[in-house]
Amino acid sequence: MALLEVENLTVRLRTARGPAEAVRDVSFALERGGTLGLVGESGSGKSMTALALIGLLPDGAEPSGKIRLAGQELLGLAESELCQIRGNRIAMVFQEPVTALNPLHSVGRQVAEPLILHGGMDHAAARAEAVRLLDRVRMPDAAQRAEAYPHQLSGGQRQRVTIAMALACKPDILIADEPTTALDVTIQRRILDLIAELVAEDSMALILISHDLGVIAENVERMLVMYGGSVVEGGPTEEVFGRPAHPYTRALLAARPALHLARGVRLKTIPGSVPELADLPPGCPFGDRCTLVIPACAAARPREERVGADHYARCIRLDAAAVAR
Amino acid sequence: MTALLLEVEGLARHYRLPREGLARPGRLVRALDGVSFAIESGRSLGIVGESGSGKSTLARAVMALETPTAGHVRLDGRDLHALPADELRRARRDFQMVFQDPYGSLDPRQTVGRIAAEPLAALGGTSAAERRERARAIIEAVGLRAADADKYPHEFSGGQRQRIAIARALLTRPRLIVADEPVSALDVSVQAQVLNLLLDLQADFGVTYMFISHDLAVVDHVCEFVAVMYLGRIVERGTTAELFRAAAHPYTRVLLEAVPGTSLGRRARMPAAVEPEIVEAASVGCSYAARCPHAEPRCRIEAPELRPIADGHFAACHFAERLSGLPLPAGASAGGLAGA
Amino acid sequence: MTHPPTLAARALRHPSFAIGGALTLLLILVAGVSLVWTPLSPYDIDVPGKLHPPSPGHWFGTDSLGRDVISVAMAGAQNSILVGVIAVGVGLSLGTALGAVAAARRGWTEELIMRFTDFTFAFPAILSAIMLSAAFGPGIVVSIVAIGIFNIPIFARVTRASANAVWARDFVTAARAAGKGRLRITLEHVLPNILSALTVQATIQFANAILWEAALSYLGLGTQPPQPSWGRMLNDAQTQIFQAPWLALFPGAAIMLSVLGLNLMGDGLRDLLDPRLARER
Repeated sequence: MALLEVENLTVRLRTARGPAEAVRDVSFALERGGTLGLVGESGSGKSMTALALIGLLPDGAEPSGKIRLAGQELLGLAESELCQIRGNRIAMVFQEPVTALNPLHSVGRQVAEPLILHGGMDHAAARAEAVRLLDRVRMPDAAQRAEAYPHQLSGGQRQRVTIAMALACKPDILIADEPTTALDVTIQRRILDLIAELVAEDSMALILISHDLGVIAENVERMLVMYGGSVVEGGPTEEVFGRPAHPYTRALLAARPALHLARGVRLKTIPGSVPELADLPPGCPFGDRCTLVIPACAAARPREERVGADHYARCIRLDAAAVAR
Repeated sequence: MTALLLEVEGLARHYRLPREGLARPGRLVRALDGVSFAIESGRSLGIVGESGSGKSTLARAVMALETPTAGHVRLDGRDLHALPADELRRARRDFQMVFQDPYGSLDPRQTVGRIAAEPLAALGGTSAAERRERARAIIEAVGLRAADADKYPHEFSGGQRQRIAIARALLTRPRLIVADEPVSALDVSVQAQVLNLLLDLQADFGVTYMFISHDLAVVDHVCEFVAVMYLGRIVERGTTAELFRAAAHPYTRVLLEAVPGTSLGRRARMPAAVEPEIVEAASVGCSYAARCPHAEPRCRIEAPELRPIADGHFAACHFAERLSGLPLPAGASAGGLAGA
Repeated sequence: MTHPPTLAARALRHPSFAIGGALTLLLILVAGVSLVWTPLSPYDIDVPGKLHPPSPGHWFGTDSLGRDVISVAMAGAQNSILVGVIAVGVGLSLGTALGAVAAARRGWTEELIMRFTDFTFAFPAILSAIMLSAAFGPGIVVSIVAIGIFNIPIFARVTRASANAVWARDFVTAARAAGKGRLRITLEHVLPNILSALTVQATIQFANAILWEAALSYLGLGTQPPQPSWGRMLNDAQTQIFQAPWLALFPGAAIMLSVLGLNLMGDGLRDLLDPRLARER
């Protein structure tokens, strides 16, 4: 049995433009020690998927489907039961360390808090453990920095603190939602390296969410490409980058400028813009921007087609896409 | 030989932070500390660097939105900061700006046509009908429909909004466009459209770009020349081709190594250099020495000058020649991988 | 493609705006009707018929001079609206101008303006009214001026805070880069973008003005008899509170419902004009 099994997860939202499915029929499994990447643009549903997993969906969002953690169904659990799981077995690191930390408490106190709450430690023990955790996330002078307030730390250090908070209760799964987007590039690598090491040391499972294909390429074994709430392609990272099957994945890879590519050449563009959830076309969500679109694309949502070992894509034009290179 | 369009000479901007206590005056921050460069007409210069490097202060000083503490900004030989207010206002038709956030840079209460026509309205001397006509024409030139001029910004997506912002910048046919992270806030699938548009406009109108970005791949794609900034100074500059192939300053090398997607799977960890704290330039010696894995005692005593190390390639490092010979990670990105 | 519901449609579905709007509309309607018609004249004194409890002839009863309470209360609405409109108008125009100048000039100009508003803020409307009536004698003008002065710093602060936020936005930088001056930017960009904040504040200050007017008249500093005023009515009712409780009940209810209505409407406007809800990404 996999550590985490997600089956047909769908999240309905009420937006000002009417009801919308922010996540549509997402399924995946994650083993202990496995690393999974969710990549997508704004409105792709990647963050909403993460929030559904940890039970922090916004008010009015209705999840359906199955989310099983070591066999236990999480959807429909009472808030008090979810609280036991959240932070304890599934922990999350957010994009913006500034807003994730309370400016009025020292970082040591904030790391110690979940230990007292979930771990049942007394204050002194929790405090000592917090310093150990800060040391583990390679905070220089951890004992001294535990007394510091968030504004006294740099952006990278603040993100280290939120990672330490996430690790406090030794979670089985760490979800990192754009953990480096707010940071400078040179710090981005260090934070990603740190997450990779910690995940490997504790044999946690990692779900890494990013809009950056490069970040996904380097840091996870398996990846799901999301667009308009659906997973359009999924498989081992090397497979997806090496043999992208879905027209969206292919277009996205070709649209990115690369170092040392000839300067001034026109980039391959994807026409149109990322759709709003309430405006998604019927059938394939990418249909209205796809160069290979045929009338049948709008008829029904494409099913998952196998395109390689453990590599799937939701597209009825895979043959044409393979030729269209 | 093309003429120099923009010359920046010894530009400095110092701020005093608020007092930390009654007896402790605020720290002096050198957001810009003696920056000099020039751009030839019709070319593009990329400015790269991380937060706190002074990129945005540089943009505001070049746009004459902020008065520098010292130094000159000359456009076509005219010192912008020495112009009388009225002449400066008229000179503004020659240099315009594109901002990072297309949601913040368009007034939500004005129609797109009025937004695009703003630079003309500010200059005065045009009729409303004439402005309307020009705005419609420029809106079409950036790939939107003329009818869009009557809509409001919230009716457009991020990429379309950035097109509107570019239309506004282009309206007076400026010689120079300062673009501050123009694609950073856009979705990947839309970035390419805007980058292509910027390149097309350069080909059609011959504009010169000062292109600020933290994304080296984007700069490499758009700019012939690049300058790398660190704590208010240019630490290396040259042609993009030369600089990204044989980077001579250790900071440039770290930036290049940090570009994600250079390879698949996990790479070796970053060299264990000191992580930048809330950085402050050292008062003596090289400002990068505290973070530099190659630093030697000399670096902490003697500040390196920005000096030529090859034809058109300048670096501010004592060991530039040695470092530029070291190998850099092979340059392919995730895009390159799949596109191969 | 579905369109977002219009502002009007959302307004009708917003409970506090709908209720507040209805009460406010009622207030305006009553004041309007009283200009041309009241059941009886609010000025007619009928001493023999004094202190009648509510009856079909006098719906709200009569007061100590035999005046018809409902007629006086209806005419009193005019007074409240008059004072509210002018006092808020004075505060809004002067306060917004000061706040906008402070935000546009920054530096010592801002410092000077804001310290001036702090100084004005230290004078409650009651104190100004006492001083003014000592100097010029009590009257409706005293209430208007006192409440108007009290409103100036309130609007100045709201304007400055909202305007500072607008000045920090990139579209203002773009306007500066285009060569527009501070005055033009204030008129073309800043004021249109803070209009919703000012509208909300104006609604709430209107409610406060009604309250203060009643308080000043109650104290005898504001509207003078025989001019009908809710505050005056309360003052008259005070001596007969045990014999004729309806005298206090009806003007009290009128004040309460008007203030409640305007505050509810202000709260509703705050939600409705919130750009995060009104505008879609």
